[in-house]
Amino acid sequence: MPLNLQNVTFTYMKGTPFEKTALSDVSLQIEKGEFVAVIGHTGSGKSTLVQHLSGLLHPDKGSVTVDGVNLNAKNAAAKKARNSVGMVFQYPEHQIFAETVYEDIAFGPRNKGLGPDEVDRAVRDAMAFVGLDFDSFAKRSPFRLSGGQMRRVAIAGVIAMEPDYLILDEPSAGLDPRSRDAVFKEVMALYKKRGIAVILVTHNMEEAARYASRLLVISGGQVILDGVPHDIFTNHKDELLAASMDVPPVYKLADCLNAHGLPVERTPELAALEKQILELRRAKHAD
Amino acid sequence: MLTDITLGQYYPGNSVIHKLDPRAKIIATLLFIAAIFFADSLLSYGVLALFVAVVIGLSRLPVLMVLRSVKPLWIIIVLTLFIHAFTGEGKDVLYQYSFLRLTTEGIIMGIKMSLRLVFLLLISSILTFTTSPIVLTDGIEALLRPFKCIGVPAHELAMMMTIALRFIPTLIEETDRIIKAQTARGADFDSGSLLQRAKNMLPILVPLFISAFRRADELAIAMEARCYRGGEGRTRMHELAYKAKDFIALAIIILLIAVLAVMRWGLGL
Repeated sequence: MPLNLQNVTFTYMKGTPFEKTALSDVSLQIEKGEFVAVIGHTGSGKSTLVQHLSGLLHPDKGSVTVDGVNLNAKNAAAKKARNSVGMVFQYPEHQIFAETVYEDIAFGPRNKGLGPDEVDRAVRDAMAFVGLDFDSFAKRSPFRLSGGQMRRVAIAGVIAMEPDYLILDEPSAGLDPRSRDAVFKEVMALYKKRGIAVILVTHNMEEAARYASRLLVISGGQVILDGVPHDIFTNHKDELLAASMDVPPVYKLADCLNAHGLPVERTPELAALEKQILELRRAKHAD
Repeated sequence: MLTDITLGQYYPGNSVIHKLDPRAKIIATLLFIAAIFFADSLLSYGVLALFVAVVIGLSRLPVLMVLRSVKPLWIIIVLTLFIHAFTGEGKDVLYQYSFLRLTTEGIIMGIKMSLRLVFLLLISSILTFTTSPIVLTDGIEALLRPFKCIGVPAHELAMMMTIALRFIPTLIEETDRIIKAQTARGADFDSGSLLQRAKNMLPILVPLFISAFRRADELAIAMEARCYRGGEGRTRMHELAYKAKDFIALAIIILLIAVLAVMRWGLGL
């Protein structure tokens, strides 16, 4: 039951002097259970791409389908299909509007047409996922929370829709390291428990390397690389640099160590690299 | 889509019209608006149309884009045409339905009035298309400065206008983003009763207001950090200076008014 993009082309402000083609002839398929990271420099078309995946923008040419249902149609099936793709925008806390945390998270489930009991269950589940205690937060005003907590409320508002495909547009932007790790821990838990597809848009190569099972590199409105992050960061460094991106620091460090004659394997985990270095040192001392 | 709005947008260029002094352009626009009301006969409307066409030509703007600026007000223009056509005083009755009378004189009057609106819209959009907002407010400030002695806060008005103009695209973008975010959460803005629809706007308006206040706050701090303290003793990087072409432009507009006045009262055309 995949999310499918077929030969999608999209142009902003068509027919005016400001016209700009953001996507040209993009085709790709995302299956449930995949964790896809989308990387690309500013203006590469990655935001346009994910807005097509969630049915917020409709392609000029080509089609976007979820399980075979075209998102562009105006019927109930298309609406249901659009609701199955959840989208967390950049700085999602800027879209909070309700008086209480509960009301804000309940907005999505209510729009889906769930009954009061189901809405209540969805809100409780979503709050549990993002680590907000129901009793202490549900009745509070979302505007009096800290930045990290507000973001969790906003993410919970999308999770409460129980999407099969969850799109996160730079969920860690502007957060301190601890909140950032917390957000990703929660997303990973949700991903593993519900078996959904997660599509992560990020500028941060480290996040892409650590969490994703598949990496899409976008440049000039096209998917230039599509594969396993480790493979792309190891074998396609030149293409990445050409598209004004880079490999994660931990890969750079491994390259650096290799250049200095330390034979270490490239790995996305800093801890794994540390272990290798310690092994090498132990081996040297044993000599 | 919201971001497709072109009203009041600057279109960079290098034409004679672009290079005119903003003060000359503003005065010329005001004079042209006055000139519109001097026109009476269809022939004088022809003169006005010719003038607008020449200005569009000189500005080297895409003609279609300029014409499109009439679109936001087309309902008012069509309404003007109909009201005049059906309520005009005239003997030549073409069609009558209770108090509504379609007369030839009414139709002609309606066409004239709608044309006035169209000219007004076209010439003022040419002003905004060819003058960047910053330059435009500079011009307004300079024109208002003489009235400072009677308490017109020229600089403050100009600064407020600059800031307002500067944030229109930002707020449009922000609105677009919020609408999308709420749509992604299943919000529906197009159905339900009027009251329900008004209620549906809340998830857009609340975040929009919050972000506008946040931006205003940040802007105030940024301005203070750069020692902004009002217009007193402020010098500017680009001093405005009239050149020969500005006087020529004003002379042409005054000539236009004279021609229209002579046509109306002198020749009775």
